[in-house]
Amino acid sequence: MHEMSLCEGVLQIVEESATNQGFSKVKTVCLEIGALSGVEIEAMRFGFDAVMKGSLADGATLEIINIPGEAWCMPCAKRVEVSARFDACPECGSFQLQVTGGDEMRVKELEVE
Amino acid sequence: MCTVCGCSEGETTIHEHKHDHNHDHQQKHDHEHTHDYGQGPAHAHAPGMTQSRMVQIEQDILGKNNQYAAENRRYFSKHGIHTLNLVSSPGSGKTTLLARTIEDMQAEHAISVIEGDQQTTNDAERIRATGVKAIQINTGKGCHLDGHMVGHAMQSLQPEDESLLFIENVGNLVCPAAFDLGEAHKVAILSVTEGEDKPIKYPDMFHAADLMLLNKIDLLPHLNFDVERCIAYAQQVNPRIRVLQLSATTGEGMEAWYQWIVATRQTALIGYRSKTA
Repeated sequence: MHEMSLCEGVLQIVEESATNQGFSKVKTVCLEIGALSGVEIEAMRFGFDAVMKGSLADGATLEIINIPGEAWCMPCAKRVEVSARFDACPECGSFQLQVTGGDEMRVKELEVE
Repeated sequence: MCTVCGCSEGETTIHEHKHDHNHDHQQKHDHEHTHDYGQGPAHAHAPGMTQSRMVQIEQDILGKNNQYAAENRRYFSKHGIHTLNLVSSPGSGKTTLLARTIEDMQAEHAISVIEGDQQTTNDAERIRATGVKAIQINTGKGCHLDGHMVGHAMQSLQPEDESLLFIENVGNLVCPAAFDLGEAHKVAILSVTEGEDKPIKYPDMFHAADLMLLNKIDLLPHLNFDVERCIAYAQQVNPRIRVLQLSATTGEGMEAWYQWIVATRQTALIGYRSKTA
């Protein structure tokens, strides 16, 4: 997707938090990335080190919490797990699914000093 | 938002008519942030001491863009401007389609256009040749338009109240899917000279779109393009998507597209109170 730009977004959030909360060094950045968010985790890790270089998060560890994809199947009227946006319902084969979770990309928390 | 779009600051330029001005990134928009203050092991921050602590952030990485987009959407709604975000791969015929749409609709509707490309003002010039207002945003290295760029473009473009605003996004089926610009609908354009499996190759975009225009159908006799399969793929990714088949060159099927624009505009205008009425 555009993981480099997302890393820039992460850095912006980190820098704003540093101003607001008075910290000057970030040791760990913890992100929540959903399976349906379109984010390539490996590309994110690659971009992260490059983007954080020279910032207050230079050398920080990147922790990624994977959130599984979850959808509501209308014919089954229940929650099912999906691994991609265009997957059929694993139980009934219908494509009438409403994604209910797993499309998030969030900065969850930071370990700072 | 320019730090999110990946282009280095100052890389994005907005071209209005002949004079180019550099897009400076003084942010005019005010936006609020919520911060949950340290719930970590050592909440206290004493100067001179190094202590590790956890800070809860819980912020969406695209949160900023969404704030700009919400701001744009409020503006559009206040002024009755019906905004459509046209997305496709490069070469699907977006600009030709748009130029023809403008020629056929401008007698009844005020129209303005925001053109997004990495470089050149060619598309905006093509659109201006039809007689409507157009502004070019060059994203530099960036691969998509974002809510912030569109907000700035609006300040120079000044679309009329109750007008139609078309945003021709950068030709790319990946990134523009994630960036809300404040539009009423995303319209994905796919030409029959591309693969019929594009909807499942780029599911995010076809999932985000409300309408798919299957363009260049006049070329179907010369191609092995399975229209039914293509539509089935699109509906697989997005059961709600509507599909129209047309040719911007011959004009076939264009009437249905205009009807869709008029119908969605009327729906959007329900409850809108015109200042002139």
